[in-house]
Amino acid sequence: MSSVAVPAGAAETRRARTGFGLLILAVAGSLVAYALQGLGLHGEVPGNLAMYSVLFTGASIGGWLVIRYAARSADPALYPVAVLLGGLGLAMLYRLMDERGRVDIARDQAVWLLIGLACFALTLVVVRDIRQLDAYTYTIGLAGIVLLLLPIVPGIGYEINGARLWVNLGFVQFQPAEFGRVLIVIFLASYLSQRRELLAAGVGRFGLPRVKDLGPLLLAWGTSLAVLLLERDVGASLLLFGVFVVMMWVATGRSSYLVLGIVLFAIGAYIGWLALPHIQERVVIWFHALDPNNVNGIGYQLAQGWFAFASGGMVGTGLGLGSPTFIPYVGSDFILAAFGEELGMLGVAGILLLYLVMIGRGLRIGLERPDTFGKLLAVGLTTVIGLQVFTIAAGVLRLIPLTGVPLPLVSYGGTSRVATFVILALLIRASAGAWYRVRKGS
Amino acid sequence: MDRQIRRLGFAFVAMFALLFAQVGYIQVFAAGRIAGEPANAARQIRAEYSVERGQILAADERTVLAESVKNPDPNSVYRFLRKYPGRELYGQLTGYYSRIYGFTGLEDAMNPYLSGTAPEFTAQNLTDILLGRPKVGGTVLTTIVPSLQRVARDALGNHQGAVVALDPGTGDVLAMYSKPGYDPNPLSTGTDEQINAAWKSLISDPERPLVSKAFQELYLPGSTFKLVTASAALENGWGPDKTWPNPHVLDLPQSSSTLQNFGNELCPPGGPATVAMAQAFTSSCNVTFGQIGLRLGADKLSTQAHRYGFCPILPPSQITCAAPTIPFILPWNSGRFPEAGYFNQNLPKVALSAVGLDNDKQNPLQLALESASIANGGLMYAPRLVTEVRDSTGRTIKLFDKQEYGHPISVHTADQMRQMMISVVASGTGTAAQIPGTTVAGKTGTATNCGPVPNCNVPPNAWFTAFAPAGSGQTPTIAVAVIVLDGGNLGSEATGGLVAAPIAKQVIQAYLKG
Repeated sequence: MSSVAVPAGAAETRRARTGFGLLILAVAGSLVAYALQGLGLHGEVPGNLAMYSVLFTGASIGGWLVIRYAARSADPALYPVAVLLGGLGLAMLYRLMDERGRVDIARDQAVWLLIGLACFALTLVVVRDIRQLDAYTYTIGLAGIVLLLLPIVPGIGYEINGARLWVNLGFVQFQPAEFGRVLIVIFLASYLSQRRELLAAGVGRFGLPRVKDLGPLLLAWGTSLAVLLLERDVGASLLLFGVFVVMMWVATGRSSYLVLGIVLFAIGAYIGWLALPHIQERVVIWFHALDPNNVNGIGYQLAQGWFAFASGGMVGTGLGLGSPTFIPYVGSDFILAAFGEELGMLGVAGILLLYLVMIGRGLRIGLERPDTFGKLLAVGLTTVIGLQVFTIAAGVLRLIPLTGVPLPLVSYGGTSRVATFVILALLIRASAGAWYRVRKGS
Repeated sequence: MDRQIRRLGFAFVAMFALLFAQVGYIQVFAAGRIAGEPANAARQIRAEYSVERGQILAADERTVLAESVKNPDPNSVYRFLRKYPGRELYGQLTGYYSRIYGFTGLEDAMNPYLSGTAPEFTAQNLTDILLGRPKVGGTVLTTIVPSLQRVARDALGNHQGAVVALDPGTGDVLAMYSKPGYDPNPLSTGTDEQINAAWKSLISDPERPLVSKAFQELYLPGSTFKLVTASAALENGWGPDKTWPNPHVLDLPQSSSTLQNFGNELCPPGGPATVAMAQAFTSSCNVTFGQIGLRLGADKLSTQAHRYGFCPILPPSQITCAAPTIPFILPWNSGRFPEAGYFNQNLPKVALSAVGLDNDKQNPLQLALESASIANGGLMYAPRLVTEVRDSTGRTIKLFDKQEYGHPISVHTADQMRQMMISVVASGTGTAAQIPGTTVAGKTGTATNCGPVPNCNVPPNAWFTAFAPAGSGQTPTIAVAVIVLDGGNLGSEATGGLVAAPIAKQVIQAYLKG
């Protein structure tokens, strides 16, 4: 890497410097948030602030050093944005769990953040070129489906809150769908990059695909329905199908796949609505959360989230000074409402903007990649994050019926934290690869 | 493919734009309405109790009337407790701050400042948020002189009644106490059961401790209203020395009823054939002032009363006022006096109203304001209880200037009134208010509680108002009004001069001693 041409080296140094500057800002913002939540909650900074700062700064810079070592010319913004989101989320989790007397839960999430960073580093070190992943199309696809459906297996999978999406391996519990989704995206990128011409050509006179080319679409639809009906996991099902349709559309360039996808989605949603009473209830709550009959009953969570946003107003109450713990499950699905109450509209807008930057950088990587597989992989991984953020944010804001998916990197959820870091590692790897090519070509 | 990726980017931007729009709607445009929903009460109350509410301080800036202290129970949702170290001494001024029964008094009137939500706090609040400092409300400085407030309470002794002391030159409320008072602490802190129990016992108390007799209840003024009638006569050009016929009983026109002097006796003692107004004022002769009222007529009497701040009413249909005429920071009832139209075809009522009966109404604050404006050369200042608000760093963020209400009487009339009031204390009905070495000006009143029943034996309400020092060339520094209900310990034998004047004397003496 040190033997590259001087102009490219200069650009690379500039990128590294920008990246490091952003990282310092992200670390500072995270630590300030952690200190403020203690000040707000107890009138003094948290007792372990020094230790927390050392660990957080150390781990963040550690991740950055791995990028410097393993993916020199990588995108400079993705990692700092992820660190800031992770740091803000952790500060909020500490604040929420402290008030509930369960700091241990927040500490677990801090450990999961470290595990996530370790997996991030591991991914970057092991996958030296994303095209390595293109070689195992069907193995990866099969593994993805197995992971998705693993919770159905009796004895291993079990239910929490009516959704069967957990796997207990004795020593660790996790949601395999989070990783299954990543593998499915890799599989799709690989599969579609090989078949895209066929699939695109198959679109006939009326703009509809040939029946035999409908196979993959129907298979994805079936898998999504299986996840929905057998695991009762609306969020996972929705994300899976959404990512599939988007990747299909991007790969073939045919809008008919998009239209067909939406039609199938509507049919699937209707089937789900008929089969699962709790989906019907979600829709009722969505419309009527604030009705006097519901506001202290089935609508309580949404209403409290809504009140939290409204009470926060423009600038919020300040960290640790609001009452977000009135919201049930505030640490997972409703963490955005906690930010809304304590950091106000400006805080929520800031967090959403960070995600938008992440999405923008991800799609940019897709545009810069020379190879179809790389493009599709970047688009697919970015879409997973983007759809997830939109689904939970719009649900909490009552734009759509609430579907419980984690807010990536911010809300409670160990598996999601790790899986998101793996996605980011793959995107960063993809960006380094793209730049490597440009540099060689120049 | 790149085209689709760009479109996908636009799609995400559009989706996030929806999120931003919704966030703006909930958090800004509809925020007030949504946050104000009744179902959000728990969060609102908690937000209120998580602010370290500002103190309410006395004029000495040291004595604490109300303060917030950290809740010793760290797990309580109420981070601060509201304490009133003076207990019942200042209760009717501070009001209570109850999570169940709301706020009253200064806690209510000054709430935006005490809770730090007034616009003046915006900059400080933003700084606090950025620095992660908890929000602290503003400190409210009042005009109350704690030592005088205690003297007022002690001077009332076991009587039900009230004392108001004003600074005539500013309108500052130096002391304002009504007995029985109430302790706001049990309404403001404690368990829900304790708060409810305290509330129940207070609202079922027949002596109505939650309502101040100093500025909220209303009573017949009795002879203290002669301040108004005499002022009207003087303003009309009828001097203190103008003499009036002095019959034993005044036969009222258009009716068979009569107006008698107090005790149905000749007035002044000895009963000369004619009497000067000054002499009739000193001895508080009803017959003379009934005549003066009748000769002045309804128009002039009403006008003078309304200029003193009595609000116009029109009995029997309209006997309350929409708002007090004289502004005050606490909700209060200014005095009431009928419009001239009420007296059309009803001349006897003019005579009765001229001596503070019929539909006349006042409380000690109204009476003290009259005395204060006479003491101040005819210029009335609105009562002022709050002078200043400071933020938690001690910076002044709001000043309340003294506020002129108007000129109920001319300087000349004020001087003549002062002379007549001096002679009330020197040689008339108010001798009990004499202070050695100090000229005191005053007026007594003994108002029947009988209603229209003649010659009943129900103990009357005793009034006294005074200001001092009142000697020529002196500037009075205190004006006082006192009411003792139901004759105090003298029962039906009570008069303003016997029961109320000694209380006023103690308050004035304590204040002038410093």
